[in-house]
Amino acid sequence: MTGYLFLAILALSLVAFYVGRSTASRFVASHGAEVHSRPLYHGAFAAVWVGVPALILVVLWLLSQDGLIDRLILASLPASVTEGVSASRLSLYLSEIKNVASGRIFSEPSPEILAAAERYQRWQAIAGWAMVVVALAVSAIALYLARIRMAPKFRARQSFERALDIAMITSAVVAILVTIGIIVSLTYEALQFFRLVPPQEFFFGLNWEPQIAIREDQVAGTGAFGAVPVFTGTLLIAAIALVVAVPIGLLSALYLVEFASERFRGIVKPILEILAGVPTVVYGFFAVLTVAPAIREAGSLVGLSISPNSALAAGGVMGIMILPFISSLSDDALRAVPQSMRDGSFAMGATRAETITRVLLPAALPGIVGGVLLAASRAIGETMIVVMAAGLTATLTANPLDGVTTVTVQIVTLLIGDTSFDNPKTLSAFALGLVLFVSTLCLNVLALRIVRRYREKYE
Amino acid sequence: MNMLTDAAIENALDKTPAREAVKMRGSDVRVFYGEKQALFDVNLDIGENQVTALIGPSGCGKSTFLRCLNRMNDTIDICRVTGDITLDGEDIYNPRIDVVELRARVGMVFQKPNPFPKSIYENVAYGPRIHGLASAKNDMDAIVETSLQKAGLFNEVKDRLHEPGTGLSGGQQQRLCIARAIAVSPEVILMDEPCSALDPIATAKVEELIDELRENYTIVIVTHSMQQAARVSQRTAMFHLGNLVEVGPTDKMFTNPEDKRTQDYITGRFG
Repeated sequence: MTGYLFLAILALSLVAFYVGRSTASRFVASHGAEVHSRPLYHGAFAAVWVGVPALILVVLWLLSQDGLIDRLILASLPASVTEGVSASRLSLYLSEIKNVASGRIFSEPSPEILAAAERYQRWQAIAGWAMVVVALAVSAIALYLARIRMAPKFRARQSFERALDIAMITSAVVAILVTIGIIVSLTYEALQFFRLVPPQEFFFGLNWEPQIAIREDQVAGTGAFGAVPVFTGTLLIAAIALVVAVPIGLLSALYLVEFASERFRGIVKPILEILAGVPTVVYGFFAVLTVAPAIREAGSLVGLSISPNSALAAGGVMGIMILPFISSLSDDALRAVPQSMRDGSFAMGATRAETITRVLLPAALPGIVGGVLLAASRAIGETMIVVMAAGLTATLTANPLDGVTTVTVQIVTLLIGDTSFDNPKTLSAFALGLVLFVSTLCLNVLALRIVRRYREKYE
Repeated sequence: MNMLTDAAIENALDKTPAREAVKMRGSDVRVFYGEKQALFDVNLDIGENQVTALIGPSGCGKSTFLRCLNRMNDTIDICRVTGDITLDGEDIYNPRIDVVELRARVGMVFQKPNPFPKSIYENVAYGPRIHGLASAKNDMDAIVETSLQKAGLFNEVKDRLHEPGTGLSGGQQQRLCIARAIAVSPEVILMDEPCSALDPIATAKVEELIDELRENYTIVIVTHSMQQAARVSQRTAMFHLGNLVEVGPTDKMFTNPEDKRTQDYITGRFG
């Protein structure tokens, strides 16, 4: 029923739009140029008046209706049932009433419960119809009010634009609120974790064995929550990715900007950008099925024993993944260096190489650094490739041929299977997530600041 | 190219030989941008230690000719130059000529000040550094200081040599670019409307500077301002539609031009 109500309100506001527009068209016909706003704005104004208050009302109604009815139902239960009963017992009653009301009967309900369930059904229906009536009434009154305000001199455009302003502010606030919500929930659970495991162990401990028992009957290790090897693993893989991506990305951008013909550039640049559109899971199985065995075999040819989940395979493929970030942001940065800089340098008798290394790269450096930092934060936060291609054991090593694990891999494994929010195993995922979030956030802020400063330079 | 123009050029050259020796000479210079011809058989001498002004309406080829003199047109793919241009009698389009060396001898200042996003010091040191003109830091300091002094900028910036050159005012930036060009001790300095982005006060300073630089350098300046050509140059060449219309001593060009088009242009009847 709620869905139909939404549709009805939308249809009403569409009607209001046409009513408003045709009213204003009549103004134009009778008053000519005196009419302040275009008919379109009168229509939009009427549509907003009819639609928005009613929709807000419905949403608020739905949010409060259940709580209200629940409380009324509990209050209506005879005192003999509720006398001296704990809160959790009461909520059990409530869910039993709801189950009975919706026809899911597990055991023979007591007559009080049956009566309450009947009341519940009745009140639900009343509330639903009341909502429809009130919402449609609000729409109708709003349409009437809007029609009264409409006049040739009425500033419908300003009113409508104010409504748009509010809509935009609301959208922005929603995005911010969601971010704040994520931070709060991460922080809250992370604090729970640090109540169980001291922060110094987490931040400085060298052992990571979080697979401890969640239920009493599980057989598992005693656990260790030293996150250092996890973070070094992440850094190692991200570093390998950057070692692969930075030179290739930068050189390809340089080639495309400074040397390639327009035609070649027109073909190659979109292809490079396709790399950014490959799903990471595809990169993941490319890494685990193609690259890792290749590296392993190449290693065995020269007598190296390489772990099947080497950091090199995961990092190398991740490097390919972040390549488009670096090449395309460097490309933009190099392109933004004005031609007059190149001319100035050539006119001094500088060669192309001198111009590139001494003028272009320094001038474009902030943009390039910004691109590298964005790519780095992407590499650190990347999950799918490492889940598939990197290892699970947290080894403290700088050897790219060993298997390492990363923060994201650990979060995934910690939250798969049983979870329990009073157990450090589950909660440690939130601590890892918080640290990861803070570090990529810092990288992003830094990168954006650098990019912004550089943008101001040539205006 | 009509007979009248040819005659006019011959006349001008005969009657008013460059006061000093000829530094650069263009003979039958033609420039093509793809299919389009931008310059038609231009014959022009640039006198040593003189200021030669190139005037003419927009699109007449004066900047194109200027850019031929240090082969800046090489950076445009579709541009083709024929004819001879010599520097001290040597053909600068000869394949044996190193364009890097040529540009060190024939410097250029652009229409819009284009300091590099580096410090004032580094802007001036850029040329000497790439050409290896100074090995010790002291030598470089000396080159930077004298160049800035010659450009009349040193006193204004001596306390902030290591601040970015882009932070200077427009006129200061243009003088910084002149200092940058001077720093490699060129023989010829080409200036492509160097004052068009400057206010009158900065323009006056740059013009004064051009007049002083004439002692040591040969200068070719493209300008849209008749007054500027009259103030700073000794010889003026008038271009129109890719042709050299007339060339002669500046005072004669502005008082008694031979070609009607020159007269029309400098009196403001067209262009």
